[in-house]
Amino acid sequence: MSNVVDMRAQLASAALPSPVLTASGCAAAGRELDRFFDVTAIGAVVTKSIMASPRSGRPTPRMAETPAGMLNSIGLQGPGVEEFIRKDLRWLRERGARTVVSIAGGSVNEFAELANRLRHEEGISAIEVNISCPNVESRGQVFACDARAAGSVIHAVRRHTSALTPIFAKLSPDVTDIADIARACVTAGADGLSMINTTLGMVIDTDTMRPALAGITGGLSGPAIRPMAVRCVWQVRQALPEVPILGMGGIATGLDALQFLLAGANAVSVGTAVFNDPSAPWRIHNELAAALADRGFRSVADAVGYAHREEVTI
Amino acid sequence: MSMMGRGSKADVGPLQVRGEVLAVRRSGDYHVLVFAAPGVAELTAPGNFVAIAVGGQPTAMLLRRCFSIHHVDTAGALGGTVEIVVDAHGPGTKWLVDRVQGDALDVIAPLGRPFSLPKDPVPCVLVGGGYGSAPLFMLADRLRERGCRVDMILGAATESRLFGVVDGRRRASTLTITTDDGSLGTRGRVTDVLGGILDQHGGQVIYGCGPMGMLAGLAEVASQRGIVSQCAVEEAMACGVGVCMTCVLPVVGSDGVTRMTRSCTDGPVFFGDQVRWDEVGTVPADCLGAPVVEGGAGTR
Repeated sequence: MSNVVDMRAQLASAALPSPVLTASGCAAAGRELDRFFDVTAIGAVVTKSIMASPRSGRPTPRMAETPAGMLNSIGLQGPGVEEFIRKDLRWLRERGARTVVSIAGGSVNEFAELANRLRHEEGISAIEVNISCPNVESRGQVFACDARAAGSVIHAVRRHTSALTPIFAKLSPDVTDIADIARACVTAGADGLSMINTTLGMVIDTDTMRPALAGITGGLSGPAIRPMAVRCVWQVRQALPEVPILGMGGIATGLDALQFLLAGANAVSVGTAVFNDPSAPWRIHNELAAALADRGFRSVADAVGYAHREEVTI
Repeated sequence: MSMMGRGSKADVGPLQVRGEVLAVRRSGDYHVLVFAAPGVAELTAPGNFVAIAVGGQPTAMLLRRCFSIHHVDTAGALGGTVEIVVDAHGPGTKWLVDRVQGDALDVIAPLGRPFSLPKDPVPCVLVGGGYGSAPLFMLADRLRERGCRVDMILGAATESRLFGVVDGRRRASTLTITTDDGSLGTRGRVTDVLGGILDQHGGQVIYGCGPMGMLAGLAEVASQRGIVSQCAVEEAMACGVGVCMTCVLPVVGSDGVTRMTRSCTDGPVFFGDQVRWDEVGTVPADCLGAPVVEGGAGTR
């Protein structure tokens, strides 16, 4: 335990002091969580997905607790990119936090417009492209469930983003072969991959005997989906060993985060665990540092993909 | 009626602390949970709430349970105590009421924007539905300290679902009770007796906490009479700290624009005329960013 682990993390060209980030949609734009831990100490704040215009989101109920998880159907409520830049991004910059801006659009054009609008804003470490969100153009399908649609969005965002700003495609686990989608995104210009978004689920209220959520279906998150997320990271690391991965899905402890690093993630996002413990990102940073030290790792980088090593028998 | 700001207390908190259970006692159909929570009592104003992790570690129950603060005592030997009222209807709340003295609790408090108090010592009517009455007794104390007359109405479906009858008698100039089944007090709803109480004692502010339907009724009476109402809403929350966006309801801002507004950080107390009560649970068509067409699967 006496060795000090180098906790720096690298996500494509973005150098971060910690491999622990917040997860989009679980940290607003950092301000509320700054009351519980120093948001400048973690890797970065990943903001709630921002769209071109203000968006009300869905009616309530928007949430249902499930075993070791929850369903949500928020519907991308947000102030729109202009107010986001004026208030949230400005606060993050002045606070000195590194920021990964998550963007979401209903069309390829909206993604392009968002990338273009953010292009000259300072203080953006990376763009996370939320292609696992509702898609009007594809009639309720998500971009990330179709390799061609996913590629079109990433291509458009890449074209409108400075080469100095890495873009990460956020993938959905609700696909037959996640490596296929990952490959399409990388071919289209993604510098890295974020995985996983929530998986679609549903709860029926047995008192009302109707769906528990106003949106009927919702995204399942929390420790319940962690094995699925670790599997996705593992498969994509195996298929695309050189592509940086931001791993997420049910991380609640330092050992959970370690699983993702070992499976091949270069850094991790902590999402739903924040609802249980708003100081979770910083706690997990410290637990991960201790877990790495316990295992003799000298740096985060040394642990990335370590579970893929060949067993050497003498 | 001019109302004061809500004070600066909310800007100091909230704290995330390890609490310790001191007692759990029955009160009608409810349980009162008393716990030590260092530093919380001093920061708490009437209307604030706590968010408590349930199930121990590790737990399959991820979401904190939120309760309005019933009572605080800064003089406790363990650095201040907090009381909440729990209706044990699900696995999380059942876990909570099964705690025994000495058990640890992970507590975040005080949360939310508390009740605003009137600048002048005007008569106030406090209305609680079921265990929604929990925060009203602290509020009554603050109001009486300011020289306000306090009349109280407590209503519930039946006698065992009332909370705080003894506390109310002690604090309020008059206490009126209503039950749907007539098992105690007047048979009917709180709104059936509210007009008479207002007429009799000249209430200038209505404070309410309870089910949405009751709060909507209070807000309507207030607006008919041109007086102020302050309502603490009970929306389902996942985080309680402002990041999950699940506890929203349509609220009209000072700019006249309706937004889906978080009840955890912008509430739980709202002026009655700010909330679009009839449209709670919907997104009004004129709400900022309301969808032009419905579509798509749920995602953050």
